[in-house]
Amino acid sequence: MIVAVASGKGGTGKTTVATSLAMVLGNRAQILDCDVEEPNCHILLKPTILTTDAVNLPVPSVDLQKCTLCGKCGEVCQFSAIVPIGKTVIAFPELCHGCGACSMLCPEKAIQEVPRNLGVVETGMAGPLEFVQGRIRIGEAMAPPLIRAVKTQISGDKFAILDAPPGASCPVITTVKGSDFVIMVTEPTPFGLNDLEIAVEAIQGLGIPMGIVINRSDIGDSGVKDFCRNKGLPLLMEIPHHRRIAEGYAKGAPLIESMPEYADKFKKLTDDISMIIGIPSKGSSL
Amino acid sequence: MKIAVTSTGKTIESSIDPRFGRAPFILIVDDDCNLIEAIDNSTNVNAMRGAGIQAAKTIADRKVDLLLTGRCGPNAFTTLEAAGIKVGVEQSGTVREAVERLKRNDVPLADKPNAEAHW
Ligand code: SF4
Ligand code: SF4
Repeated sequence: MIVAVASGKGGTGKTTVATSLAMVLGNRAQILDCDVEEPNCHILLKPTILTTDAVNLPVPSVDLQKCTLCGKCGEVCQFSAIVPIGKTVIAFPELCHGCGACSMLCPEKAIQEVPRNLGVVETGMAGPLEFVQGRIRIGEAMAPPLIRAVKTQISGDKFAILDAPPGASCPVITTVKGSDFVIMVTEPTPFGLNDLEIAVEAIQGLGIPMGIVINRSDIGDSGVKDFCRNKGLPLLMEIPHHRRIAEGYAKGAPLIESMPEYADKFKKLTDDISMIIGIPSKGSSL
Repeated sequence: MKIAVTSTGKTIESSIDPRFGRAPFILIVDDDCNLIEAIDNSTNVNAMRGAGIQAAKTIADRKVDLLLTGRCGPNAFTTLEAAGIKVGVEQSGTVREAVERLKRNDVPLADKPNAEAHW
């Protein structure tokens, strides 16, 4: 079972929810940090990293000696990453999605694919918990292929918890695609609601069941709850603002360590999700 | 000489749109400010990425010599340079006014991009 934890904006407590969920499942779970621009599950989980693999994207390099300026590569590329113009062909590697269409279609075999580094995928263990994270290279903007590389580590026989990037853009959709369930973490404020609406709309297009967790639930107003009711989104959990949570977080301690009573609530959350999607959470065949 | 001008509308009395890739229209005019073609650039306006590159290709295909616009990002600039198109930047007012400024040699020609890449 694959559960993605997402949120319309940053700083809502998404990582707190993702790590707590993974920790109560222990050796039955793996956590995959897909927020490759700012992975921070490791701050709370303090994993031992065992493997580090570079993730490269094949991008075109044109041999102008062979090129006849036929223009085919420019026509096939949807991203304007290769452009025959004037007496030359310009490649923009930072726009290239590595689909390989241009080199395949070049009649002169003038296009070679060269690797461009996007970042790394790291795997390891955080206690009994399997840990995976992607880290994008500084200055790199092409997150989706790196996120897909992180997701190849999903083992299938475990409860996979994906910590998605905040927002509703391409990297979020790349993370969430293929999940069995999405937990949306939000704050009960007008700002939280606004970003929640955008993210819910983007993810609903994928047809994945979704539920809401409200963090700092005792601040703000009832807007988020009204929204959930209108959209038929189950309200899975409310986490009130608590000094011990904030203090624990400031020290890099996971929620269920600073507030052990939350362990049961998160166990119940996994049961509730399993019930919604109709997969038993206990036993070997998760 | 063929001149391309980024514009908010289809006539030479329209205001200049300062964005190269995302201007609704690109007007092609001659030295005497006669309109040769008004290119509807709206598919580019909605493009996710590479709008400036595509706009550069569009005007290169028309064998334009010079572009008048407001801002030009690095990818578009590289493409225009490869096509041998000069770039007059920081233009405002109407299309006609910009072309007249150009004829008075009153337009700064860019030797590097003057906008950030648009992601
Ligand atoms: S497809 Fe090949 S030959 Fe044609 S313009 Fe591109 S690189 Fe040159
Ligand atoms: S590999 Fe695909 S995305 Fe990259 S330049 Fe070629 S056609 Fe464009």
